[in-house]
Amino acid sequence: RAFIFIMLKSKTFVKKTRSGGVMKIVREHYLRDDIWCGSEVCAECKQESAVLQRDACIESNLCTYPHYLIPDTNVVLHQIDVLEDPVIRNVIILQTVLQEVRHRSAPVYKRLKDIIHEKEKHFYTFTNEHHRDTFIEREPGESANDRNDRAIRVATKWYSQHLKTSESDAEGLKVVLLTNDQGNTQKAEESSLLVYKCMWSMFSIRGSTDPFKKLCVSTNEITSSKVLFPEHLPLSRIQAGIKSGSFLQGSFRASRDNYLEATVFVQGEGEDSTEVLIQGLQNLNRAVHQDVVAVQLLPRNQWVAPSAVVLQDEGTAKDDDAEEEEEEKALRISAAEAASKPTGKIVGIIKRSWRPYCGMLNASQIKESTRHLFTPADRRIPRIRIETRQSSTLAGQRIMVAIDGWPKHSRYPNGHFVRSLGSAGEKDTEQEVLLLEHDVPHQDFSQAVLSFLPKMPWAITPEDMVKREDLRHLTVCSVDPPGCTDIDDALHCRELDNGNLEVGVHIADVSHFIRPGNAMDKEAANRGTTVYLCGKRIDMVPELLSSNLCSLRSNVERMAFSCIWEMNDKAEILKTRFTKSVINSKASLTYAEAQMRIDDTTMNDDITQSLRGLNKLAKILKRQRIEKGALTLSSLEVRFHIDSETHDPIDLQTKELMETNSMVEEFMLLANISVAQKIYDEFPDCAMLRKHPAPPPSNYDILLKAAKSKNVEIHTDSAKALADSLDGAKVDGFPYFNTLLRILATRCMMQAVYFCSGMDSDFHHYGLASPIYTHFTSPIRRYADIIVHRLLAVAIAADSTYPDLMDKHKQSALANNLNYRHKMSQYAQRASVAFHTQLFFKSRGILNEAGYVLFVRKNAIIVLIPKFGLEGTVFFDTKDKAAPNLVFDEEGPTLKVEQHNFCIFDKVKVTISLDASNIQHQKIRMALIDPVIPGVSVPAPDVEPQAKKPKLDR
Amino acid sequence: MRKKTYQLPLCCCRCNVGIPIADCIQIRLVIYNPKCIYYKYFWAVCLAIVLPEKGRMGNVVRRRTRGALRCSSFEVCGNMAGLELLSDQGYRLDGRKATELRKVQARMGVFAQADGSAYLEQGNTKALAVVYGPHEMRGSRSRTRHDRAVINCQYSMATFSTAERKRRPHGDRKSTEMSLHLKQTFEAAVMTQLYPRSQIDIYVKILQSDGGNYSVCVNAATLAVIDAGIPMRDYVCACTVGFVDETPLADLCYAEESGGVSSLALALLPRGGQIALLQMDARLHQDHLEALIEAAMTACKGVSKVLDEVVRQHLEEVSVLSGE
Repeated sequence: RAFIFIMLKSKTFVKKTRSGGVMKIVREHYLRDDIWCGSEVCAECKQESAVLQRDACIESNLCTYPHYLIPDTNVVLHQIDVLEDPVIRNVIILQTVLQEVRHRSAPVYKRLKDIIHEKEKHFYTFTNEHHRDTFIEREPGESANDRNDRAIRVATKWYSQHLKTSESDAEGLKVVLLTNDQGNTQKAEESSLLVYKCMWSMFSIRGSTDPFKKLCVSTNEITSSKVLFPEHLPLSRIQAGIKSGSFLQGSFRASRDNYLEATVFVQGEGEDSTEVLIQGLQNLNRAVHQDVVAVQLLPRNQWVAPSAVVLQDEGTAKDDDAEEEEEEKALRISAAEAASKPTGKIVGIIKRSWRPYCGMLNASQIKESTRHLFTPADRRIPRIRIETRQSSTLAGQRIMVAIDGWPKHSRYPNGHFVRSLGSAGEKDTEQEVLLLEHDVPHQDFSQAVLSFLPKMPWAITPEDMVKREDLRHLTVCSVDPPGCTDIDDALHCRELDNGNLEVGVHIADVSHFIRPGNAMDKEAANRGTTVYLCGKRIDMVPELLSSNLCSLRSNVERMAFSCIWEMNDKAEILKTRFTKSVINSKASLTYAEAQMRIDDTTMNDDITQSLRGLNKLAKILKRQRIEKGALTLSSLEVRFHIDSETHDPIDLQTKELMETNSMVEEFMLLANISVAQKIYDEFPDCAMLRKHPAPPPSNYDILLKAAKSKNVEIHTDSAKALADSLDGAKVDGFPYFNTLLRILATRCMMQAVYFCSGMDSDFHHYGLASPIYTHFTSPIRRYADIIVHRLLAVAIAADSTYPDLMDKHKQSALANNLNYRHKMSQYAQRASVAFHTQLFFKSRGILNEAGYVLFVRKNAIIVLIPKFGLEGTVFFDTKDKAAPNLVFDEEGPTLKVEQHNFCIFDKVKVTISLDASNIQHQKIRMALIDPVIPGVSVPAPDVEPQAKKPKLDR
Repeated sequence: MRKKTYQLPLCCCRCNVGIPIADCIQIRLVIYNPKCIYYKYFWAVCLAIVLPEKGRMGNVVRRRTRGALRCSSFEVCGNMAGLELLSDQGYRLDGRKATELRKVQARMGVFAQADGSAYLEQGNTKALAVVYGPHEMRGSRSRTRHDRAVINCQYSMATFSTAERKRRPHGDRKSTEMSLHLKQTFEAAVMTQLYPRSQIDIYVKILQSDGGNYSVCVNAATLAVIDAGIPMRDYVCACTVGFVDETPLADLCYAEESGGVSSLALALLPRGGQIALLQMDARLHQDHLEALIEAAMTACKGVSKVLDEVVRQHLEEVSVLSGE
């Protein structure tokens, strides 16, 4: 129908304009008679596909008959976890409820919408506001809330009558209104509707015990007469305060090491952003990590310096005030006057960013107690008090808990149990925790995504060849780390007739398979990157693509995107060409194999020749790059030898770098830079680029201090100066010094980020000393590369654009997601390495190793063990022992323990063992052996004989 | 991005290759060669498409407003009100579905003094159109055409037509532009060659404004012209279409228009399917343009059915009165 001639109502309401005036707004409101009830039972409604099932029975004590649930707004807002449970099906969500939820809480709205989209849940959205029989007008004197409640009741009534008139009567199908509101219940019962309070209707669900465990018992709040925290200011006063400058708005970042300390990062205009220090429970005032908060600065005489003490919240369920006060006092004393930073207190929360947290339950000492404390895996999150009767089953399991609120008289926030992940310490559970905590999407690919995969068997068709250059005759080969199945790059090099060299970099043509806008593309864009954990890979694209069709394996025809240069023997680029192509790789080598071929003078086949040519050019390129000021930084990467059966790590070694590593890297850099220039020229507004901002000078403080202690001077005015002075930094008899210095320098750097060229003006890549850079060479594992492929394809007229590709706002939003995923995947990788390191040390017992002091803290030193690339903390003040005499000097920085002075780069010997006393945070414990300090160091333990595994020890 | 506007002959502003355009439509817009690789990259920025008569070039609508393209406002405001313009169930703010028009009600012959008049409501947008003529030229004689009639349009908005009282009912830039667009539309539809050296005046007033002012004016004026007995090629029916979530929405109301939707106004001669005027000031990717025009044409055909009914009903009433 082109027209609807039903009832026409006009909605009139007044609205305040921005300038403060009042405006009357008139809107049309059409009422329709073609909105269907969505039930399978109904014969009247002419719906195409009914959502609500005929046999709608939730096993429940209260309702033995089939029924549909109609939750009201508050039920949806507070019990969304219950609605998400698979047991709850056949629910009618009214438009009124949906709109109110949308208005009040965006995250709940998002979750509700997700549920509605899930087919198996049978959630039906009934557009009651536009239905002829269920629309009601607001009566004079009626509040908006009351009107909405009435609208919900009217719709419920309509449903119950509608279902009665149809043939469903025989089946006894009923609708049940779910509400927690007293007034609403009463009124609904007056109009003879079936009403249940959400709580007790759920308690009686028989089918599963799960959902009722989830219910937070919001009625009996944990009460205590004592008020622990100051009241939060209302939003209006916060906003006024921010406007007048008396408050600052910023994101709250709890400290990892000290639960009584946090910083608020205040984003200023442009570059000037400040950090405000918050200390003490009262000042922290119930803010949780990553909340957006309003801070009030304290008077200058109360400013303190961040403490260098490491404090962990060890408090039991009872609020142990005496101990806490003591700890706070310790904090204050330790603060030095000189280095005080702006300090403030939190006056209000602007936006909570609570999510479900992973962690473990600390069962209460009282056996019958239902209140327990939950300790999140992330130390920055406070403990959460939950109420459950299942503590005995949940103890020892990794669980997820969501926060419900944090009243001012409660030491801990209140929350509720969401789900269990499995028992702690098991590899699968830990991996799941790790992925969840780092927000890595790791579910299997959905059917919708898989449906966009090419049909097997797959082969290149003549149509594909039309637009592609045939490069199958070239001697292309790939060089990758051992065991790599997703090969995205291959190389070739050959001599041309005119004496110049032709060098080609061939990148897997992933954008040929992943077409913009389809489910697979969306999934890949959301995942952003492939995450490599120890012994596991979370793919960005389905495996068929990542390790077969896109992977440039040897001796099969594969589609590629090629970047081909003509170079002279001084590695100057004479010509650059981009083309889609078909290649046939002649060999997939590992770095070691390639290195062997280059070094072996007896080998002279095409592949080896090609490799030698590449290697020669790469050396020149690298020299040129370093001359321009590119940095060579260092970080230790660890590789595990994993037992093929138990998947336990047997041995670990730091990754070795060979000439061929740098050869491949050089050409990838060159390709990335060439492509970046090309796409930026073509699309100045919407090119996806990558930049690496120069770090602010203050970042280098620690590096400068460290170098100074060894009488080495480091210049940090430019990347070039830094690179040169790092090269020159050498200390006799200390060959490892340079590497240590580079590790420190790496920590000073900023994160490199993706961005959209239309949104930014600073393109410089500091680390590579390149004016422009992007990622082009790994489309199988990074989504940014796919976007760059698409842009480049348009630029060479091999493909067409689509709207989102040209929209700089959408591009920029995408870049932000990619940056976030990238950062999270790195954290997840590190966490995975740490977990495997622990497993490794668990099996090895206690070891003695030599290491270097990397940082000096007030009560500890941080030691790096080069052999394992492992960092650990040696504490000097442990709770069970009397603290030795510690003198900390900020300037050095040095720490004097009894008689011995520790400073950066000192060589020490430590024992390494696994501390499994806290099952959630198993950690590597290090204790000092050498230098021997009486009362502090421990005697060297007997090292377990190593002869058993001679093969693995190198 | 350089922007270049070309007069006929049409050629791509990037590669300068001439492009054949379908005979009936003459376009003034930033033009790209579909084969040019930049074609898809740039956005279609249409100003107006005018239907020419045979052998004569249509006039180019000249926009008086400076910085003619309002694309910037599209980028900045986005969906400012934060309203959900199209729900998952496919209902719009006021309960319509994507392709449904607002309720159209009309009456012809509302004034006796004028040669033709009509009153038309499309939802909450209400317009009054009055036609005088054809009569001899008034004012400057120099505008006289000896082969056809000149059409003179004036568009105005009542001071009480919007939520905030309007200061200046006509003569501002927006009204002048609208008058020009109306003139263009009716020069394409009225058989002006039947009345050489004469003039036809069309006055349109918006009494209440709730989105789609241009299309309501065109629809009202069509009825007034028919009431005046001036022959036309066909009804001219106009409708606006917006583009939200990859779906074209027909006949936008004010809340939708101001919600950051890129909208397109189209006037159609429904029987021949010829476009009398097409106007779009927002940015839109080329790929979507075709779907949008298609939806607008369907909507216009819907309007034409209603107008036809109104005319037939009016005729019946008149014939009853005159006793025929």
